[in-house]
Amino acid sequence: MIDVLIIFDLVLALAIIAIAAGVLVLRDAFAMIVCFVVFGLLSALAWVRLAAPDVALAEAAIGTGVTGALLLKTLAHLRGRTLSAPLRMDGPVLANASLCALATLAGIGALLATPIGGPGLEGLVAQNLLASGVEHPVTAVLLNYRAFDTLMEVVVLLVAIIAVWSVERGVTRAPAPVMGEVYAGFARLILPAAVIVGVYLLWVGAIAPGGAFQGGAVLAAIGLILLITRAYTPLPAHRGAARIAFVIGTALFAAVALFVAQGGRATFEYPAAYAKSLILIIEAVVTISIAATLAALFHGREPVAVTVREARA
Amino acid sequence: MNLDATMPDTGVIFGLAGILVFGIGLFGALSLRDSLRRVLALKLCGVGASFILIVAAWRGPGLAADPVPHALVITGIVVMVSATAVALALIRRIHSLENGRDD
Repeated sequence: MIDVLIIFDLVLALAIIAIAAGVLVLRDAFAMIVCFVVFGLLSALAWVRLAAPDVALAEAAIGTGVTGALLLKTLAHLRGRTLSAPLRMDGPVLANASLCALATLAGIGALLATPIGGPGLEGLVAQNLLASGVEHPVTAVLLNYRAFDTLMEVVVLLVAIIAVWSVERGVTRAPAPVMGEVYAGFARLILPAAVIVGVYLLWVGAIAPGGAFQGGAVLAAIGLILLITRAYTPLPAHRGAARIAFVIGTALFAAVALFVAQGGRATFEYPAAYAKSLILIIEAVVTISIAATLAALFHGREPVAVTVREARA
Repeated sequence: MNLDATMPDTGVIFGLAGILVFGIGLFGALSLRDSLRRVLALKLCGVGASFILIVAAWRGPGLAADPVPHALVITGIVVMVSATAVALALIRRIHSLENGRDD
């Protein structure tokens, strides 16, 4: 008898592939973005089936939620722009298609030919979990064993906001339409719940799926709602606080990493007695940075006062 | 979670789906002319690669998934959103400059 879940997997996989193709084929730009959001959510569902709930949470919150908001904001900015002509099947495009088909076939061959039961790291992770300070293996990898990667990831976010603030400047009127009464009421209802969910995700990351990135994304959603409903408007005077919020995660993470490197310990080697507290402090502060940075990436422009002459130029 | 019986098939199905999504995204990134759509095609590539890593987490000898690829994919998702945000800011800026509006 065929397992009913396998049928579910097959349908889900076919839907994911079809919607991925739809992202490239659909003419309407708004439909394309909606298609991409559906694609991200279905991918998150597939990763739940593959028993990767942390990744599914991160994809749903950051890869789909925040990215979808960024895409829709960009589309609103590009108002009136038509999409370029549909794909013509000329020589270079056909050559591209055949090379991509070859690469895909090679990937399929590699996947099917890979032996199962090769060496993995799950044994090492499980053996050292007691010493890591947290009970959830993915959090242990992110904040302890491979903490340097995670520090660099926070640095990438910092670089992104620096780049975006350098590209776009000014406080001219935002093109976003004003939301109605219903939306403001929705915001009032959802904001407290979002705060609780975000902090819960951060806290629970030590023992179960969740953590700084998922919690940070939910808290960033609060910032997005505040920006969209115009309950909060970034002003030039707020830049100092914003800069501190962007940089504090990286700064504290690096400071802890260097501070524990004394008395024969290496960088990032937390003393076992304080490991859980240190990891939670780092996660809490990194969450603030992630939330502030993602919300600022959504807002886009650096809030500087533009003089009349500059605005006309 | 009782996955050991169904895992190989589920892994193969979503592994193949991931590779196909990567291929679709690669073709889009190379062939499309619209910049916004190109960014989305690159995102498809990223998600396809994530699929392959998550499937690979089950290829080890143990009955549990390897948490290291999971952590790598979470890192990758955050790096992707950063890169996407910068790409979209550049697209908005180029559009403003091409249309003679500096907003």
